[in-house]
Amino acid sequence: MITKSENAPGTASEMPDYNFAYLDEQTKRMIRRAILKGLAVPGYQVPFASREMPMPYGWGTGGVQVSASVLTPEDVLKVIDQGADDTTNAVSIRKFFERTAGVETTEQTDQAGVIQTRHRIPEEQLREDQILVYQVPIPEPLRFLEPRETETRKMHALEEYGLMHVKLYEDISHNGAISTSYAYPVKVEGRYVMDPSPIPKFDNPKLEMAAIQLFGAGREQRIYALPPYTQVVSLDFEDYPFEATKADHACDLCACETSYLDEVIVDDAGGRMYVCSDTDFCRSRRAAGHVGTLGTPFEGDAA
Amino acid sequence: MTPLLKVNELSKFYGNRIGCENVSFDLYPGEVMGIVGESGSGKSTLLNCLAGHLEPDTGEVLFQTRADGMRDTVTMSEPERRMLGRTDWAFVHQHARDGLRMGVSAGGNVGERLMAVGARNYGDIRSKAIDWLDRVEIAEDRVDDRPSAFSGGMQQRLQIARNLVTGPRLVFMDEPTGGLDVSVQARLLDLLRGLVREMGLSAIIVTHDLAVVRLLADRLMVMKSGQVVESGLTDQVLDDPQHGYTQLLVSSVLQV
Repeated sequence: MITKSENAPGTASEMPDYNFAYLDEQTKRMIRRAILKGLAVPGYQVPFASREMPMPYGWGTGGVQVSASVLTPEDVLKVIDQGADDTTNAVSIRKFFERTAGVETTEQTDQAGVIQTRHRIPEEQLREDQILVYQVPIPEPLRFLEPRETETRKMHALEEYGLMHVKLYEDISHNGAISTSYAYPVKVEGRYVMDPSPIPKFDNPKLEMAAIQLFGAGREQRIYALPPYTQVVSLDFEDYPFEATKADHACDLCACETSYLDEVIVDDAGGRMYVCSDTDFCRSRRAAGHVGTLGTPFEGDAA
Repeated sequence: MTPLLKVNELSKFYGNRIGCENVSFDLYPGEVMGIVGESGSGKSTLLNCLAGHLEPDTGEVLFQTRADGMRDTVTMSEPERRMLGRTDWAFVHQHARDGLRMGVSAGGNVGERLMAVGARNYGDIRSKAIDWLDRVEIAEDRVDDRPSAFSGGMQQRLQIARNLVTGPRLVFMDEPTGGLDVSVQARLLDLLRGLVREMGLSAIIVTHDLAVVRLLADRLMVMKSGQVVESGLTDQVLDDPQHGYTQLLVSSVLQV
């Protein structure tokens, strides 16, 4: 396990205003039970009594509740939003746990014990002693085709997943290819069809990993999970197989050709650059001396 | 010859009210049975009980399954019944909107049943969908249009294509021509008659339109207040009605 260093600031005992990690112990107990059930039945959406959190729905209230329930005072937390450590969502959730749990936080993937993520899986391979927590807006993969909750529950129970392929069929018939590029449906251990949250389909192959993956949907009140090394298959057709796509370019800062890229418009004359969406991955590559076509040699944290 | 469907003393009550009571009949392969009666006579209740949409209070509905012979569909498990519902059975709703996915293209609507039974080859699914659209007289270039862009008659034909694509053996139809104008009705009936004969389908058609049963049905059941009051060959019942209610029904048809 990763433990925080001796002189880390703030522990739960110094924070009398809140219980450790904001939620009360009974709530955490309830959420942990949902998590355990989710791990026991991979891909199954476990209902839980989602709490009001001091942030709006859509900002990751599900992920925050799951993180709060699995955090221990010794954990090191990393929060990313679309791969980046420094965007509003990531910064505010990181601050939230710094204040309410007093845990140490980091931006380095390999230093973190718990990683809460919005819409990306880190480029760096995760280990067995790490937990990846996803923020999920809509946990039901069948929702846009079948609006009735009673019906989708029945379809999951009876393994009636033909409808999921209707969506992919529609993609091909309208666009000539499976155009679903994020929240791409997967089948877990040959049983439950699951929405992997809106991660790009580039990340789908990485869902079979060593770390525990927990998915929390606050507004929809569902938790689901993937235990380590669970089989996760992306749905497709025989003649239109699944493809993990990314922008056909190298990162302009670190020259990486295998990472998932963000396209950044840099002026109003059509100029654009491609950069790794995983900021920590990009930074560590530049620190190791890789320089992209638009990049400058790495000079510490100034960049 | 063994019957395809055997119904024994089927009853369904809504509290103290009768939905349908003590209905028994046999349906043989390739036979089309019409159920007529005024609204509220229990026709739709009966059909929904047969198709597994409603649970009857008493009685049994035995269906000749491909694998296990005669099975009671009332007591079989729900997954088995739903599996029958998308393979060997088909259900054509009165309103095409109830039977179609309005947000999905015509091709996707037809392909859904194929994908539900495990088809995973896009090219095959699409060519089958186009073939079926052609058989119900919908042009190939409409395959990617949504049903909301279709006329009422086309929607109804699309619903029929979607239901027949998996080659069912028994089709339940609830007022298939209701709400369509007379010329469209005639074309639809013509099409249905062709498909039923060509595929050797058995069908149960619920309607209040005697012209529909005259054209399509081999046998007829007349219902009133939840009871079957008369049954027999269609022409026999319509030409020589015995029961008072049937006589009233036949005589109330406008002669043009």
